[in-house]
Formats: sequence, C-alpha cells, structure tokens
Amino acid sequence: MTDTRHERAPGDRPSREMHASAPSEFLVYTIGLIVALLLTATSFWAANTTLLWTGGVFLGLAVLAIAQMGIHLVFFLHITTGPESTNNVLALAFGVLIVFVVVAGSMWIMADMNQNMLMPSAEPTIMRLQH
Amino acid sequence: MNIAVAIDTVPQDTPPSVSETGPAPKRVVVAYGFWIFLLSDIIMFAALFASYAVLVRSTAGGPGGAQLFNQVTVAIETVCLLVSSYTCGLMSLAINSRYRLGTYLGAILTFALGAAFLTLEIREFSDMIARGATPERSAFLSAFFTLVGCHGLHVTLGLIWLVVMMVQVAVMGFVPAVERRLLCFSLFWHALDIVWVGLFTVVYLMGVSP
Repeated sequence: MTDTRHERAPGDRPSREMHASAPSEFLVYTIGLIVALLLTATSFWAANTTLLWTGGVFLGLAVLAIAQMGIHLVFFLHITTGPESTNNVLALAFGVLIVFVVVAGSMWIMADMNQNMLMPSAEPTIMRLQH
Repeated sequence: MNIAVAIDTVPQDTPPSVSETGPAPKRVVVAYGFWIFLLSDIIMFAALFASYAVLVRSTAGGPGGAQLFNQVTVAIETVCLLVSSYTCGLMSLAINSRYRLGTYLGAILTFALGAAFLTLEIREFSDMIARGATPERSAFLSAFFTLVGCHGLHVTLGLIWLVVMMVQVAVMGFVPAVERRLLCFSLFWHALDIVWVGLFTVVYLMGVSP
C-alpha cells in the first residue's frame, strides 16, 4: 500500500502513518482470536447445556454465529468503516443482501409449498367441514 | 457561480479526492477483484445452506443429525481452523515486513492445522459412510455431504495453493506479484473460516440441539 489517499485493499491494515494511535497488528489478530474462541466456546456450551430454555437456544446460536462472523471480518479481514474501505464494505453489504435473499427466500418458499402440499392429506375432515 | 471563484475557494492543503489520483495501485485492484470473487463464493455457499435448511428434516427413515454428529470432533475441527486463520494472519504480518523465516513458519503452522482439520473431516465422512449414512441414503445426507464436502474441497484447494505460494516465495522472493497472491490467499483462508462458523452453527450445533 503506497498511497493512503486510495482505497485500501481488503485484508490490508490501515497504514500506520494515518492512524498513529492504531494498536499493533499482532495485538489485533490476537484479540480477534481470543474473542472468536470465546464465542465458539459459548456456542458449543449453549447447544449442549440444559440450563437454557431450548426454544431460545436456536436464536442464541444464530446471534453468536453472526457476532463471530463480524469479529472475523473486523479483526482478521480488517473491514473498517473508514472512507478508504468504502468499496469493500459496499460489496460486502451487497453480498450479505444476496445471501439473505437466497437463504430466507428459499426457506420461506419451500415451507409455504410444503404446507400447501400437506393440506389435503393432513386435515381432510376439516377441509370437508368447511365446504 | 464563476468557475474561477470556485477554484479559488478550494483549500489548497486538502489531499486530492480518489477520482483525481488516477487508477488505484494494482494491489488494491487485485485484492478488490478477489474480494468480489469471495463474496460470489459465499453466495454459492448460501445456496447450499438454503438447500440444507430445506432438506434437513427429509431423512427418509435414515439416521438424522443427532445420531451422526460427534460434537467433540467438530469442536477440535473448529479450533484447528480458527487457529490456522490466526497463524495465516501472523504469516501476512511476516510477509509485510519481508521476514522470510516468519513467513515459512506461519505457512507451516497454517498448513498443519488445515491438514489436521481436513484429516478429521475425512475420518468423520468415512466413519459415517461405514455406518451406512452415505450421500444417497436420504435427501438430508445428500445436502449434508454437498455442503460440508464443498467446504472441505475449498480447504483442500487452499492447502495446495499455500504450498504453491511457499514455492513461489522460495524461488521468486517477495516480488510484488507474489505478495499480491499471498494477500489473496489470506483473504481466501479467512473467508473459509467465516463459512465454517456458519457451517458448524447451522449443521452441527442446531442439528444436534433439540
């Protein structure tokens, strides 16, 4: 990275000249590793414990996974909110949007179709009563 | 407004904007292009995740996730991949300071941990197949082997890529082209770890918990 005015390559750290107070790069990776390990341990604990209400575990695991992905992006891939990484963040946001549409859309449509397929056989008496 | 007045009012000490500095350095362009590729790769994984989520209950009377998955193996695999992501980061620090021994050390650790992950995964797969849980047994197992196998294939390709990069470092040294490829490799390796976070949560933890 030679010119600080340019966009920053994804994965590159912000240059030290611009951010004199930035922590050392070794420290950034180590903090990322420790936080990620803690989140992973929490995920495995939450999936196996009987202390928590089982209905909430599903949501908790999803939140922990998204948090850990965020930690990876910030501490390992160095995605920041700075002006020099705008393009990277915009591309990432578009990718996340498509991922959300593909996963949520597929599950929604398939669950809906599944329900429509099951209706005649699952509840024949109710169907007859309604007509 | 008069153009001459507009030019006069621009402060002289501000750095020129991105559009005035000309094309970005090749390192930025290459890494950005690879970033786009990684995002499209993640979108492909999203499609596999979606098919897995749709088919997870379609066990066709065969074994389900709770009977097949061993959480201890998965935990070891997760730690292996996470620490290998960390050593890959340390390797990129060594590359940035042109420290050859540190680069080799980081690469060896990354390779060893990645290979340990892959060995555990292959053992898990062969164990499942030996117990009759083959991909053709049920739609759930087809989706499982496609999703996890695709990630394993990416890890395999990453390991081969890492070996090739170390040969290039040994032969060509830290020339700009090799540094760009190493940057792309570290992006690839970190992205694989991000996919694995989603994978172990959705497949192994949510599949086992009631």
